[in-house]
Amino acid sequence: MLSGFGPVSAFWLLAVLAVGSALMVVVARNLLHAVLWLILHFVAVAGLFLLMTAEFLAMAQVLVYVGAVGVLVLFAVMLTPSPWSENTEGRLGGVAVLLGGCLAAVLIFVAARTPWAQVTAGGFASTAQAIGRALIGRWALPFEIASVLLVVAMIGSIVLARGED
Amino acid sequence: MIPLDQVLVFSGILFALGVYGVLTRRNAIAILMSVELMLTAVNTNFIAFGVFHRPSLAVGLVFAVFVITVAAAEVGLALAIILRIYRQRTTANVDEVDILKW
Repeated sequence: MLSGFGPVSAFWLLAVLAVGSALMVVVARNLLHAVLWLILHFVAVAGLFLLMTAEFLAMAQVLVYVGAVGVLVLFAVMLTPSPWSENTEGRLGGVAVLLGGCLAAVLIFVAARTPWAQVTAGGFASTAQAIGRALIGRWALPFEIASVLLVVAMIGSIVLARGED
Repeated sequence: MIPLDQVLVFSGILFALGVYGVLTRRNAIAILMSVELMLTAVNTNFIAFGVFHRPSLAVGLVFAVFVITVAAAEVGLALAIILRIYRQRTTANVDEVDILKW
């Protein structure tokens, strides 16, 4: 973990940016605007990963989320017209505010009050090497299962989106 | 030094925002985006714990890699299903998609 004034202020800047854009994703009426806020949110979170010395995951976040997921969701919004009229809020508004507020309060309380056993000199020299060793060593079987899952998801989405003919 | 609890507070707020979005939105794509927010919050937690607790094992980072993989697969499948539903019912509103309801 980086220390000093620069990284700490960068953390606050990115955290405010990520939370603000997430809020806009949730409240934006126009679905297209919501997707663009979501992409901004992913970029801010990638910056946070970089600050936590997880640079490989920051790159994966940019590639997979900003590149693939953002474009895919944008495609879906464009292919299902009338994104303006259908994005009204449901009847659960009050309940959702209550539930979300309670959940946030509980999570913040737990995070702030628990004495986490924290490594003071944490951080990685190179996460790509550590992840690579872990993936071909201890986590080889889950890694292979994840690749099978990706193939199944790819074939399934092709079959689903293609239609009857 | 960024304290661990601040990162956890951040991801808690993100997760609560995602829950709020899932509950209030009616468009299936908007619900999917809120689910993505929640997954990102979980990922941030995994990475924070992976960095702050026993960084030598890299377990948190590997779990974050798997979360990203599953999230990518989930988005692809969910958007295909939404497009299919839209083609049949000309709506992406989850309140009107009640084919499985008896």
